[in-house]
Amino acid sequence: MHLDHPGLFPPRHTHSAAPVRPDGTRRALRIGLGGPVGSGKTATVAALCRALREELSVAVVTNDIYTREDADFLLRHAVLPPERITAVETGACPHTAIRDDISANLEAVEDLEEAVGPLDLVLVESGGDNLTATFSRGLVDAQVFVIDVAGGDDIPRKGGPGVTTADLLVVNKTDLAPYVGSDLGRMARDAEAQRGELPVVFTSLTSEDGVRPVTDWVRRRLAGWAAAGER
Amino acid sequence: MDTTEGAATTRGTAAGAASACCAVGAAGATGVTALAGGTTGAAAATGGATAGTASTAAPVAPAAPPASAVPPAPAAGAARAALLVLADGRFPAGGHAHSGGAEAAVRAGRITDAETLLGYCRGRLHTTGLTSAALAAAAAAGIDPLALDEAADARTPSPALRVTARRLGRQLLRAARAAWPDPELDALAAARPRGAHQPVVLGLTCRVAGLAPLDAAYAAAHETVGGPAGATVRLLSLDPFDATAVLARLAPELDTVARSAAGAARRAVHEGPGTLPAASGPLPDIAAERHAVRSVRLFAS
Repeated sequence: MHLDHPGLFPPRHTHSAAPVRPDGTRRALRIGLGGPVGSGKTATVAALCRALREELSVAVVTNDIYTREDADFLLRHAVLPPERITAVETGACPHTAIRDDISANLEAVEDLEEAVGPLDLVLVESGGDNLTATFSRGLVDAQVFVIDVAGGDDIPRKGGPGVTTADLLVVNKTDLAPYVGSDLGRMARDAEAQRGELPVVFTSLTSEDGVRPVTDWVRRRLAGWAAAGER
Repeated sequence: MDTTEGAATTRGTAAGAASACCAVGAAGATGVTALAGGTTGAAAATGGATAGTASTAAPVAPAAPPASAVPPAPAAGAARAALLVLADGRFPAGGHAHSGGAEAAVRAGRITDAETLLGYCRGRLHTTGLTSAALAAAAAAGIDPLALDEAADARTPSPALRVTARRLGRQLLRAARAAWPDPELDALAAARPRGAHQPVVLGLTCRVAGLAPLDAAYAAAHETVGGPAGATVRLLSLDPFDATAVLARLAPELDTVARSAAGAARRAVHEGPGTLPAASGPLPDIAAERHAVRSVRLFAS
């Protein structure tokens, strides 16, 4: 079993990411999901919502690049009530909105907490981007990077900040591996070489409960967040 | 046409450093027209006219607040480096997601190259730019930011642009409070939790950062053209050198606008915010409303 990043929730220095909200309540755990276009970020978010919505208070912020398609997908599939889904516009620069200038996303998260809170978990989905995209620690507490086998089994070897530093690497669409000639064993070995002890999971969202490895990781993060609040 | 187009009432994106925009060109004619339009607007504004809803703006001489009610502004030149921090396009205040009306203008075929970008930016500088710069300078001069927020509403007839201005103001206030913690910023955040108009926040930020009203005017005027220029590079794949050349070409006019805005702010200290410029143009306001309901767009405004 791989270990998570040490020092679960280090101190924050920004107005927005303090663990306690202005009214004294503890804010929701914020998890970012990034990755290349088409790797299955939105599908993963949808599957997470379905798996967790009965037991947790969940909300989602999407970062669409030039449409509201991701938000609309989640609405259409009714993974959450509409008031729990917010879209942020990114001006053609999805990585800017999650890393360099997080102000719009912070407001979206805070507005959700205010409107439908208290929340346990906020998922912030990045617009599809490249392998260098990472979330600011001022915006999220942990981040998931989603790639897929059809994008090429050399992506873990190529590395980049998303692949190497994300708190969880998800390799999605494993059901397609035989059809696109991707070697899952090679991907796992390369990922481990890049990431050391940071966790990697393989998913096939088309199978029953295919998101389970991610759900389990999120649950552990939530437990850590709750424990940190009790200290 | 270019006149009104360039005159977008949209408050600035905080993207000072956006590189972009047009170089030369057909701008001869469009530029002059735009300039004329801007001047007219400014003249009307000094006469006390305010665009749009007159929530503030008594058209005649508003009651002058006692001079003692306005705290003294910092001495000009006391600080300067903070201005570079604030006007840097990387300052994280949300401007990157806004085009300052450029996307609507590109879609409508009114910006097609560096030349037309120059015309657009020039019109915007002398209308929205002047109005925003004067509001920012007035806030930096110590005029009550809530009164200025009402004055900004009165100068922003488009509801979509009011929403944009407040959203950007809220994002700027977040960044400003982290960069220059100050009770005046905290008070504004408490009084306007959904955001005050961006130029007002910008001016107040300059004030607490030790900058002068003229500095605030520069920052506001600069971003009203820097934002559209940067956005146009993305929208049209315009040569970024051409876009930067456009901004350089506008620099002398920006000097003039900033000084004029600072002068208007000085008057407003004694005569009230109703005397601040209210230059704008109807076409960008209409375009902004249409842009706001588009389902496919690259920029939020």
